[in-house]
Amino acid sequence: MRRGLRWRPHIPASLRTALAILLLLFIPSAGMTQTADLRPLVNALGAGGYNETDAAIQELARTGDPAVAGILEALGAGNLYTRKSDGEVFIASRASGGFALTDPLTGASAGEAASGAVERIRVNNRLRRTIRTAYGALTLLSPDAGMRRAATQSIFQSGDADSIPLLDEAIAAEKDGSILRLMREARAAAVLKSDLSDADKVEAIRTLSARGGRETLALIAPLAGAGGEVGAAATTAVSTIESNLALWDAGQNVWYGISLGSVLLLAAIGLAITFGVMGVINMAHGEMVMLGAYTTFVVQELIRAHAPWLFDWSLTIAVPLAFLVAALVGMAIERGVIQFLYGRPLETLLATWGISLILQQTVRTIFGPTNRQIGSPSWMSGSFELGQLTITYSRLWIVVFALAVFLLLILILRFTAFGLQMRAVTQNRPMASAMGIRTPWVDALTFGLGSGIAGIAGVALSQIDNVSPNLGQAYIIDSFMVVVFGGVGNLWGTLVGALTLGIANKFLEPYAGAVVGKILVLVFIILFIQKRPRGLFALKGRAVEA
Amino acid sequence: MFINRNAAWSALAAAAISAPLATGAFAQEDTIKVGILHSLSGTMAISETTLKDTMLFLIDEQNKKGGLLGKKLEAVVVDPASDWPLFAEKARELIEVNKVAAVFGCWTSVSRKSVLPVFEELNNLLFYPVQYEGEESQRNVFYTGAAPNQQAIPAVDYLMNEEGVERWVLAGTDYVYPQTTNKILQAYLKAKGVADEDIMINYTPFGHSDWQTIVSDIKAFGSAGKKTAVVSTINGDANVPFYKELANQGIKAEDIPVVAFSVGEEELAGLDTAPLVGHLTAWNYFQSVDTPENADFIAKWHEYIKNDKRVTNDPMEAHYIGFNMWVKAVEKAGTTDPDAVIDAIVGVSVPNLSGGYSAMMPNHHITKPVLIGEIQDDGQMETVWQTPGLVVGDEWSDYLPDSKDLISDWRAPMSCGNFNVATGKCGGKGT
Repeated sequence: MRRGLRWRPHIPASLRTALAILLLLFIPSAGMTQTADLRPLVNALGAGGYNETDAAIQELARTGDPAVAGILEALGAGNLYTRKSDGEVFIASRASGGFALTDPLTGASAGEAASGAVERIRVNNRLRRTIRTAYGALTLLSPDAGMRRAATQSIFQSGDADSIPLLDEAIAAEKDGSILRLMREARAAAVLKSDLSDADKVEAIRTLSARGGRETLALIAPLAGAGGEVGAAATTAVSTIESNLALWDAGQNVWYGISLGSVLLLAAIGLAITFGVMGVINMAHGEMVMLGAYTTFVVQELIRAHAPWLFDWSLTIAVPLAFLVAALVGMAIERGVIQFLYGRPLETLLATWGISLILQQTVRTIFGPTNRQIGSPSWMSGSFELGQLTITYSRLWIVVFALAVFLLLILILRFTAFGLQMRAVTQNRPMASAMGIRTPWVDALTFGLGSGIAGIAGVALSQIDNVSPNLGQAYIIDSFMVVVFGGVGNLWGTLVGALTLGIANKFLEPYAGAVVGKILVLVFIILFIQKRPRGLFALKGRAVEA
Repeated sequence: MFINRNAAWSALAAAAISAPLATGAFAQEDTIKVGILHSLSGTMAISETTLKDTMLFLIDEQNKKGGLLGKKLEAVVVDPASDWPLFAEKARELIEVNKVAAVFGCWTSVSRKSVLPVFEELNNLLFYPVQYEGEESQRNVFYTGAAPNQQAIPAVDYLMNEEGVERWVLAGTDYVYPQTTNKILQAYLKAKGVADEDIMINYTPFGHSDWQTIVSDIKAFGSAGKKTAVVSTINGDANVPFYKELANQGIKAEDIPVVAFSVGEEELAGLDTAPLVGHLTAWNYFQSVDTPENADFIAKWHEYIKNDKRVTNDPMEAHYIGFNMWVKAVEKAGTTDPDAVIDAIVGVSVPNLSGGYSAMMPNHHITKPVLIGEIQDDGQMETVWQTPGLVVGDEWSDYLPDSKDLISDWRAPMSCGNFNVATGKCGGKGT
């Protein structure tokens, strides 16, 4: 049956001799001329499937040759190609009509090749991991501090007992204090995986315990069950790290809550003016946010086409433009429709809902139904670590931006003539009119201000959400919830309402899940409104009756 | 006179109202009408508009080849506006008013479920082009998208065997497709010996945009020392902020790969894909598939749509296959009569775009290859693995206790969509 397994290759004697001679020739040459013996290893990268490439990477890394780091980097970036005619591997870059080849070992140009004559060496995630580990070991002694830091990090994640001597060497040479600490931690992680003495391991656990974090927990936790000195040390370390993590988790929920709250605040603050101050139920509010986001898109497209160096400023440029676009559309809506419907909330609701559908379909017709891509400027991408907290720059800037917009609005209402007129008109229209205020214009400007702020919100939201014609719909319900919860007609109520809802949502989410969490918040608001129909910060005095 | 003029006016008004909806409903009789039931407005417009264009393109191509049975094909486009009950109304309108020979349409499962009774009652044909949760087989419906065994299970196999994944996050949008798919996957993983504490299931509402907590939960779940992967059935728009948050929190594909079943070239078009390189998708077709058929299809599509930046995706290929199968079955039957076409289409085999042939099986599902692709920095997928042969769509999952005894065979003697092999009777769970 399983005859295939019993098959023995029959190699003629002459060939066997030839092989032996080849091997003899080959072995002494290792260590003498390095580039010469690296060449077959490099070519092995391109021969066969992922498994063969994986083996070839490890083989290459074992040579420790400085040229290998560059080759692995090119492989990871997908720039390594095999020439089909002879199986030689080159670094290739696109040139006119084909590829320009560079020898990966010498860096010398190796001519050109047509597109069909070379084949890219494909990497998948497993290979990327192998490359990262190998690259880490090779760059640990690099003169560049950033590279050493990244290398230490990758050894921490994947290093084993073999990396201890290398780390010892690196620790002896390291001058930078923070990298030195990282290296000691990486060494400790490697010690735990080695068969060194118990005393060494206890020492390693102590080092790691000070580092904290989930990665460390995963390293120590398996040892906690074991007996002896190591087991005891591990058990203590695990409980320290876990109680530490619980604290950080709470901190994380607060931060995520503030961040969600700031998004709600941005979306709701314009509504706090149009609905809260003017009393207009504006269902097209979300579409103003969408218009702001699309303005950002248009600004970015123009910048990409005409002035790419301005790209980092694109959002800054988009903010005033988005304000203008949304404010003008808002004023047009107020003059064209809403001014005839004051005091008739049901008609206003239906009319503005119709307007929101018209705006959505208009944008869909102009820009198409698919999502539009909005790039992030460099200062809004990525994240930084604060202890065990990962804080993303985009969220941080949105929190700052939301608070700035809020303060600006408060200042406008409190300290400008327009703010004064606005408050006068909303508190007592006939009296304001009698004092010589042109109330229709104040209405239009107020509506324009509320809409314009929604437009600004669109600029910020374009960084974290889809820019599609449906963008506004996602925020309209949340916005009304925030304004009603915070207290109609009170900007501070909107601020507190947004942050409370954000934080409550984020504390519920880990326990109840995102879907149930949202439902619970809604139920809570309904109950709260039963108790306090005017929201958190109810207006008092005569204004209430107006 | 007066009455006549009045009637003329109202006819004109009726024409004006229905003209944008049912283009060409008043053209000459000598055509075969094909209904297109895809949302052109509302939330699903983002995905479905392209499929409407694809169908117009395919019909145009067929007419260039001389039409069908000597007649020209005529598209009848209606807009169900992402409104599920409206799907049923529009389907009825297509069949009863416009007398279409077949309908190509629907995207979400709920829209398909809402039109099923209409197609059953009026005995017409629906070609459904999207990957779905299975657990259904209906006489009047042809499922040209993937069943779970043509997408989800091979993807999990790939992660398990090639990436050595031991811990699984099943993240999805809270509706029927992700729930059923996750139920099947959970049963499958347990059958493979994965422990309960190594599976985390998470559902989010439609259009979820605040992923901070969930992504950091995934990060925590993935730092337990075992290799972790995310299997994502997150639908539509919610994907963009999800991937953005993953990238921002520094989760790389090498550490925690995400394999997605609802993210294609079209969805990635709205995204900066540089931080996503290496995350996976599982489909039956990628635009990057390197075959002459595909190159030809893409070239003709770009020419038709007059925009060479438009991408192609898996549901488009499903319509391509479904439409060609219908054409071939009509030619075989010599008529567009639904009963004749239903009998003729089983066994029909047409070229797919990945270099093979797809065949219509007796269960009204088709055979397809399964491709696993890695997202590239240009928004395209590169195939890293594919099934050695074609996979037959399995309508009743073998991993769910409710459906493992059911099979479907719409050929003459059995003609049953849910035959129970344990009891030997037609009729069990499902439709």
